[in-house]
Amino acid sequence: MAVSDLVTRQAFADAPQRGAATRLLEDERWLAAVLLLPTVVLLGLFIAYPFVEGVWLAVTNATVGVPGKFVGLANFEALWNDSIFRTAVYNTFIYTAVATVFKLGLGLWLALLLNRNFRGKAFTRAFILLPFIIPTVLSTFAWKWMFDPTFSVINWTLFHFGLIHSRINWLGEPDLALISVIIVNVWRGVPFFAISLLAGLQTINPELEEAAAIDGARAWQRFWHVTWPLLLPVTMVVMLFSIIQTFADFQLVYVLTGGGPANATQLFATYAYQIGVGTGLLSQGAAVSLAMFPFLLIVVVVQLLYIRRVEVH
Amino acid sequence: MAPVVIRNLNKKYNEVHAVKGVNLEIRDREFVVLVGPSGCGKTTTLRMVAGLESITSGEVLIGDTVVNALPPMDRDIAMVFQNYALYPHMSVYDNMAFGLKMRRFARAEIDRRVRHAADILGIEDYLSRKPRQLSGGQRQRVALGRAIVRHPQVFLFDEPLSNLDAKLRVQMRVELKKIHDRLGTTAIYVTHDQVEAMTLGDRVVVMKDGVVQQVGEPLDLYNAPANRFVAGFLGSPAMNFVRVALVENGGMVQAVGDGVRLALPGATAVRLRRHLGEEVTLGVRPEDLRIVAAEAANGLSFEAVVEVVERLGSEILLDLKVGAGSMVAAVEPTVQAKVREHLRLALNPERLHFFDSRSEAAI
Repeated sequence: MAVSDLVTRQAFADAPQRGAATRLLEDERWLAAVLLLPTVVLLGLFIAYPFVEGVWLAVTNATVGVPGKFVGLANFEALWNDSIFRTAVYNTFIYTAVATVFKLGLGLWLALLLNRNFRGKAFTRAFILLPFIIPTVLSTFAWKWMFDPTFSVINWTLFHFGLIHSRINWLGEPDLALISVIIVNVWRGVPFFAISLLAGLQTINPELEEAAAIDGARAWQRFWHVTWPLLLPVTMVVMLFSIIQTFADFQLVYVLTGGGPANATQLFATYAYQIGVGTGLLSQGAAVSLAMFPFLLIVVVVQLLYIRRVEVH
Repeated sequence: MAPVVIRNLNKKYNEVHAVKGVNLEIRDREFVVLVGPSGCGKTTTLRMVAGLESITSGEVLIGDTVVNALPPMDRDIAMVFQNYALYPHMSVYDNMAFGLKMRRFARAEIDRRVRHAADILGIEDYLSRKPRQLSGGQRQRVALGRAIVRHPQVFLFDEPLSNLDAKLRVQMRVELKKIHDRLGTTAIYVTHDQVEAMTLGDRVVVMKDGVVQQVGEPLDLYNAPANRFVAGFLGSPAMNFVRVALVENGGMVQAVGDGVRLALPGATAVRLRRHLGEEVTLGVRPEDLRIVAAEAANGLSFEAVVEVVERLGSEILLDLKVGAGSMVAAVEPTVQAKVREHLRLALNPERLHFFDSRSEAAI
């Protein structure tokens, strides 16, 4: 018997002794399941479970320390008749709409400026991101000082230039408070728009702009007929991300006004927090949170449909 | 249609002097090719004519107008870009119509012109397609169409064929020539490809390091290059260069170099007599070398060893060792030559080029 025969036999004899698990993993279906497991566990633990728990809370009468019983849609009925909730819904839409329009406008303008060639371009681009990098709560506290009726640097400046003669109570007047909160949101959100749109602009071949210039298009026409249509896919994605974030915004308002004065800056998230955690009515707070869901779902569906359309083309 | 005049044109980017004192008069209806290696300033010159690049000093005139301060749209030019620069979100039709729409042409006139151009270029069937649904050659046609519909004073071409494969490039080259013959629009064409320059240009402008080296009709440049650079740049395979010393021997002017000792014929000898004792560069085009019988040795032949034989079908290129240097000869396809074979090569006495070693100018 040759040595090679012996070796071969030995190898075959060893084969069945490999673990059952190894053999199982050679089946692609099992392997796929095993590979998916970590993702499923993470998503389930941190997204699906809290969501289901939230939905469940919203249809019970649970409060802090009391598990609660199933009450159907009673919490939502209560919200329907809650004037503060209606104010919060109205404020949230205004807040999202106005802030998004300004963030898009200013962000696009900034992106177009940053897309030019100038000295210190790299530094400026990095600098622009600052509001985005600083922890929101910290920067919002700085804004709170600037809006303070007594210590406001804004008031001081306006006063010294003779533009105002009495203090402006930025966060104390209902309309002004909402405007102030929107200003801070815009300040914080513009860098994200600017940098994302700048990235989009840089994918556009500069020769197209030159071709359009030779074709007789003025600066505004070049933007409208060439740059804007080519930037639109990026703009859509950035806008929808921003809408979702702004719609569910909490930190800014919580730090600046806590939803006041007289609920003038109350948003979905702050109202949910106030009822659920502040007053301990967990189930009603959950119902307020959940009321955001239909709108956000529409936004996400629109986003997915749009991205699919762009990908198909 | 209009002449273009470039007067003492300069372009500086901070430290870099990209275009240095270019002077050029392009006649009405003329097809002029700017050619040179990359970085020679040819594209920058074209872009200054287009108005896409500011002019550091000098003047550009289109027709009778100094256009230095005019934006591209007011110069009445059309440009074809290397990467086509088609608007990706517009159909072929809209790409071609865009320039006319911006200039507020009537819809019927736009339609007439677009369809006419599409007819000339053979792209009628693609008018509703988007650029990304077209092949490279088709895109190039659309880019040409976009220029044609405008009926501009001047066409500017920036290496329009360099993204096409070799076969398509030859085909489009011929078509470009036909279109120019048909439309007669003044054209400035930039390329790094000397074959395109030779075949397309009524006149060719050879540039290097931002300086115009020579301007002239293609064959004039080929036969009488003004300096060593032009001589080496035009022609493929390139001209052979050998360093030789000019010496007088028994009343004859001789060029003596590594592996060559040539007795220069009458007119050439007279011309070079004042360079006697100097080292100069001898230039010989590969097709001006001819294999002769070993016995036929005369004052204009030399010995060489074959190193490589390249059979191109229409001709054979022989890579030769001459002394310690090397040369290329282009010979008849019927020649039987073997590697390591010793050959005797004769020069065409009418077609010898000499260049000053220092200034590199033809002498």
